[in-house]
Amino acid sequence: MTTEASRPVEQPALGESAENVIEVTDLVKYFPLTRGILFKRTIGQVRAVDGISLQLRRGETLGVVGESGCGKSTFGRLLMGLERPTSGSIRLLGQETSRLNSTELRRMRRNIQIVLQDPYSSLDPRMTVGDIVGEPFDVHADVVPRKGRRKAVQDLLDVVGLNPDHINRYPHQFSGGQRQRIGVARALALKPEVIVCDEPVSALDVSVQAQVVNLFEKLQDEFDLSYIFIAHDLSVVRHIADRVAVMYLGKVVEIGTEKEIYEEPTHPYTQALLSAVPVPDPELRGHRDQIVLEGDVPSPANPPSGCRFRTRCWKAEEICAEQEPPLEERSDSAHPSACHFAKVRDVIHAVE
Amino acid sequence: MSESVIASQRGIDVAALQRVHFDRDAPLLEVDDLHVEFHTRDGTAKAVNGVSFTLHEGETLGILGESGCGKSVTAQAIMGILDIPPARVAGGKILFRGVDLQKMEEKTRRHIRANKIAMIFQDALSALNPVFTVGWQLGEIYRKHTEASRSQAKAKAVELLDLVGIPAAKERVNSFPHQFSGGMRQRVMIAMALALEPDIIIADEPTTALDVTVQAQVMKLLSDLQQDYRMGLILITHDMAVMADVADKICVMYAGNAVEQADVHQIYSRPAHPYSKGLLESIPRVDMKGQELAAIKGLPPVLVDPPPGCPFHPRCTFARERCQEEKPELYDVPGDRRSACFFWEEVISS
Repeated sequence: MTTEASRPVEQPALGESAENVIEVTDLVKYFPLTRGILFKRTIGQVRAVDGISLQLRRGETLGVVGESGCGKSTFGRLLMGLERPTSGSIRLLGQETSRLNSTELRRMRRNIQIVLQDPYSSLDPRMTVGDIVGEPFDVHADVVPRKGRRKAVQDLLDVVGLNPDHINRYPHQFSGGQRQRIGVARALALKPEVIVCDEPVSALDVSVQAQVVNLFEKLQDEFDLSYIFIAHDLSVVRHIADRVAVMYLGKVVEIGTEKEIYEEPTHPYTQALLSAVPVPDPELRGHRDQIVLEGDVPSPANPPSGCRFRTRCWKAEEICAEQEPPLEERSDSAHPSACHFAKVRDVIHAVE
Repeated sequence: MSESVIASQRGIDVAALQRVHFDRDAPLLEVDDLHVEFHTRDGTAKAVNGVSFTLHEGETLGILGESGCGKSVTAQAIMGILDIPPARVAGGKILFRGVDLQKMEEKTRRHIRANKIAMIFQDALSALNPVFTVGWQLGEIYRKHTEASRSQAKAKAVELLDLVGIPAAKERVNSFPHQFSGGMRQRVMIAMALALEPDIIIADEPTTALDVTVQAQVMKLLSDLQQDYRMGLILITHDMAVMADVADKICVMYAGNAVEQADVHQIYSRPAHPYSKGLLESIPRVDMKGQELAAIKGLPPVLVDPPPGCPFHPRCTFARERCQEEKPELYDVPGDRRSACFFWEEVISS
């Protein structure tokens, strides 16, 4: 089966689904908590991802934001098929990918690739850059004929802004930003439709971070890529994303266009998160609506009943403990928001 | 047996600081032309290359720069906790209330480090000892630097945890570091720094490892405490947004050199050095959707082999021939600020 044959539903002439490269429905991933060495007993479950439904459209960048432990990286790994979902469905280019066997998974990964956070640990120190970037061609031998590989790798290095003559160098001979470019070249090798970027710039220095962000934007235009951009840095996500999903304890609490999420957030958690992001402008000091949250994120092994944010929410009432608010459009929220009391509050601009 | 006798039996000379004559009128901290070198296999790396600044009471000085620019080494030199060798303070003075810390005996300087200058580290998990309880580690400061007994030290530890907003401090004092969350651990670090009410706190990337909402909590705590105690705070960070929120004046460092020093408002509105300008233009902002980011081209230099002339010239958009040959000094710029660029006038007006 060729790649082309594996996406028959890709171009139906009707319906919105034609535009969606990824459709995720009720995706759940629980990790078991075990005790005992010889006889492992399951004593509980960490609900890393607990019912996510969203779509990624062609050529779009979907930002996924949230604090550490909210399940955003697990979500990325599920999309890549690096973890098996507990339940739910992932459709990549119309094909269900959550139940594939390893051969089918390998084929699927021609269409989806990942760029990892740490450019120091995600590259094998004993392989040359040429081996690293060319490894996808070993796995998918039919993509580029053996003779053409060196040339293909050099072209990739050129595309990501590295010197093609450095093909025989080792990762330690490159700086952090350059290593991240190697990771990007590797992800591009198979010409995928979707790239999952898991915190791709957070390990980089400020001046280099901008270079890599610009590279992602350039490549998107050039190769018509769709990105899932997972990051905790809300400023970077605002810059690069078309739509943004905000996650809290394994759930999406609010999703909308970049403008909706940043200018008109309706979920209290989104508001708190945005108001906590410092702005590089000393004139705004003390003039912003700062919501300082109390306490820490509850354990995902034992999340609160009802709305998961209620333990830290200033709007919480009885209903929040009893009834879980679904992610939907509401009377005071034009985009989906999972709060009983969703209401727009501008938190990023200066207030009088 | 009196407590001071017990203390001296424990080998603690708590009176050491009283024998030093501090000049109450001198600035809190004055760093003058500090040079720090590291001897490595590849040659000598000049990690800090002539940095000077002054810190007054109640003031927040920000040291801004990317990894490897020498900002942490500057802090370590002030604290006297550099790894010597390979490091070496190659020149310059560090004056606390007019007294040169480097000429001080180590046993006296040891008391400076808790009583007068304290430090908060970036990674609280590795800065705390995993095999002792938090209370024991907090109490250690009192046991080593004052005449407090064990039970007094422990009571003080509870007080401190309470001060930094750790709920149920009485019970938590017996917990180990791994039982705390990241934000709580950073609060413990702050408590530790505050223990003896120092005059200066040096915070080295105190919130880099934390999530934004927790970062906001910790920064607020830090600046509130600073106000209450009228401490001088040296905040070291690479995050221009965090810096904008708390600093009074800023020293921007690049490859071991202070390249710009100015009031926080001036730096952000009209930077006088191409590097500060480049940094500001390369960061996305949460409160507006910008165009393409104006990244600074190239990479920071290798410290063992810095470029001739101005260290920033290979990446600079203002660079001319002169920049390749001659290293600019820190020029005085109107408005009580300094810039290490020949063309600062051009940079400001651009």
